[in-house]
Amino acid sequence: MTTRTIKINPVTRIEGHATIAIELDDDGNVADSKVHFQSIRGFEKFVEGKPAEEIPRIVTRICGICPWHHHLASNKAVDRCFGVTPTTTGHKLRELIQTIAQAEDKLLHFFFLAAADFVIGPDADYAVRNVIGIAKANPELATRVVKMRYKAKMILENFAGKSIHPVAGVAGGFARPMSEEDRKWILSDMREIMDFALFTIDFAKKEVFPKYLDTIKVLGVINTGFIGTVDKDGALNLYDGDIRLMKPDGSYTDFDVQDYTDYLGEKVIPWSYGKFPYAKAWGEGFSLDLDAPKGIYRANTLARINVADKMATPRAQAELEEFRALFGRPAQATLLYHYARLIEEVYACEHAIELLEDPEITNPDVRAEVTPKAGRGVGCVEAPRGTLIHDYSTDENGLITRANLIVGTTHNLGPINMSVNQAARMLIKNGEVDEGILNKVEMSVRAYDP
Amino acid sequence: MPAKIAIDWLNACAGCEISIIDMGPRLLTVLDLVEFVHLPALMDHKYFNQMGDGKHLEMPEAAVGIITGSIRNEEHLEVALEMRKKCGAIIAMGTCATHGGIPALCNTFTTEQILEHYYSTETTDPHDERPSDGLPGLLDACYAVDEKIDVDILLPGCPPHSDQVFETLVAFLEGRPAVLRDKSVCDTCPTTREGKGKVKKLRRYLQAPEYENVNDGIDKMRCILEQGLLCMGPVTKAGCCGNEGDPRCISARVPCRGCYGPVEKDGNQRLDMLNALVSNGIDIASLPESSSMLRFTGAHGMLRPGGGRL
Repeated sequence: MTTRTIKINPVTRIEGHATIAIELDDDGNVADSKVHFQSIRGFEKFVEGKPAEEIPRIVTRICGICPWHHHLASNKAVDRCFGVTPTTTGHKLRELIQTIAQAEDKLLHFFFLAAADFVIGPDADYAVRNVIGIAKANPELATRVVKMRYKAKMILENFAGKSIHPVAGVAGGFARPMSEEDRKWILSDMREIMDFALFTIDFAKKEVFPKYLDTIKVLGVINTGFIGTVDKDGALNLYDGDIRLMKPDGSYTDFDVQDYTDYLGEKVIPWSYGKFPYAKAWGEGFSLDLDAPKGIYRANTLARINVADKMATPRAQAELEEFRALFGRPAQATLLYHYARLIEEVYACEHAIELLEDPEITNPDVRAEVTPKAGRGVGCVEAPRGTLIHDYSTDENGLITRANLIVGTTHNLGPINMSVNQAARMLIKNGEVDEGILNKVEMSVRAYDP
Repeated sequence: MPAKIAIDWLNACAGCEISIIDMGPRLLTVLDLVEFVHLPALMDHKYFNQMGDGKHLEMPEAAVGIITGSIRNEEHLEVALEMRKKCGAIIAMGTCATHGGIPALCNTFTTEQILEHYYSTETTDPHDERPSDGLPGLLDACYAVDEKIDVDILLPGCPPHSDQVFETLVAFLEGRPAVLRDKSVCDTCPTTREGKGKVKKLRRYLQAPEYENVNDGIDKMRCILEQGLLCMGPVTKAGCCGNEGDPRCISARVPCRGCYGPVEKDGNQRLDMLNALVSNGIDIASLPESSSMLRFTGAHGMLRPGGGRL
């Protein structure tokens, strides 16, 4: 019997629209909780009838924080529909820009959205528990953060035209080549951002995570599988590779994303517009039961770090080894998403520099010839928030006849519900609840960066 | 006293909020001039009190309320009405708020068609009923903000350039009209125009426009439209390049798709573009379809199931 419902509306410092309802029983303990995902826009439907080559410039509006990833997953799907392989440099330029966009995104999430809970404190007054509070409390750090993130963003803007809702990925490759002049200034900027990435992970390991280790070990912790993309050597890859679906026990299957419908299903949930993906291939059905979840896996940083055998770049590999020595593989503690995010930040910077040092990056042959035709294509990249799948079919004129999308964040909708349930049950006892407790419940959502 | 500002996102993607953050170092200047009292993207003010025990959705009072996104569900509408009540002025920021934006492409279908497709894709499991528990009901279409409440300042753009966000805020605080580039994208585009071309048909954007050297500015490139690729520059409001510089998509050698909406607020980009093409002797049957010309401006009844205004 529910006697009281606590509502958190809206969940804040996340990207999307969500609310939380926590139901308390007669004794003031948690009977149930629900996270309502409120957004439904219908991109899968309204792209129908549009020329496929235009879609990468439409689906960007699914997310203004990670538009590059929608743009490029969409371009990859269109490439396949039209049966075209991007030129080597077209492929590399897309990967470079996507990697820089990843580096920018992680700085945004860590400092602008999440950090206030750790730097200002989870129980602090809401009026100062935010990035503006950080700016007032630590102006030196804030100025550096703002400048570095801006630098990453301006690389995208100045080289690729538009950074929010980009346009430079095109069917068959990339819209423009990179000149030697461009390469030089971008490389110089990326080296500075690399230094900042190393500063950030050191700062977090010394000043942030140790203080909250007890919280990290318990808040929002659930036991699930994981999904992410790996290259042919099993190393983490953000742009291309096979999908690795790992069970909670650490065993895994790799598959080609063209076959994703054999592995993943989506449940329609009465309290969420967003559907909840689950691992259909495990054949165990679907359950959000905290003690015995079924079919539940997670995406985004911690998932990628868990499924990967290794990192492809040296400094990120050293960080991964240190992380694994502390938390094992797969690591399940939800707040470790933040730590994993900073390891990926190091990788993204290192890998962007590798690509910029590749002589082929300035090759002017950036775009293969394209002819619209009937086909089907699945395009996938690792968006900051998880494995992002765009699946289109086209008719003989290359117009879209059908689309299906599984967006990064949605993989985590089930797990977010579970983490909130776990956190609420742990923190709310005998009807005692305060703002700090409710914020900690939200922290279990924020870790997923939904 | 810093001016109080409330910002909320409705049927939105967060791109406008990122454009605010993309003011970069100027953001720190703005923080000295204003006090954010509601901004779900970055701070934790809640609608129903901080403990969630309020009876009604409540926004704090503010000198100005900035709304990003269109109005698609009952909660969006409630937030917009409450902000109108509590804010001295309302800025509709971004093309979703001013004209519906990309999400208003849904207006070419009924809500039932949208839901029917989304809940029956090949990866979706069979189910008994559609979600509704604790969710705001959908309106019959996607609306621009000024279709539902009075708006004082319109700042289109998908997203608006951070230069324009900064200027709009500072001008408001200084009590003067913002100085923004207006006219059309073409008026801010330096590509070479040679007058009416020999082009009779438009090609789809499957090859790059021609130009000599990528190190040259786009002033050395011939107008993309004159090269036979659809470019919405003539019928699109200028401003994407911020205070200076070239139109952003065109600077990446990519044609404009019209993200700032029409040059005049109530203009019709599709009608104006088709007129321009016809008057230049271009066969509009060479276009695969034309609803894409309204991809940013589907609110205000422009796009409707089975047609809409031409």
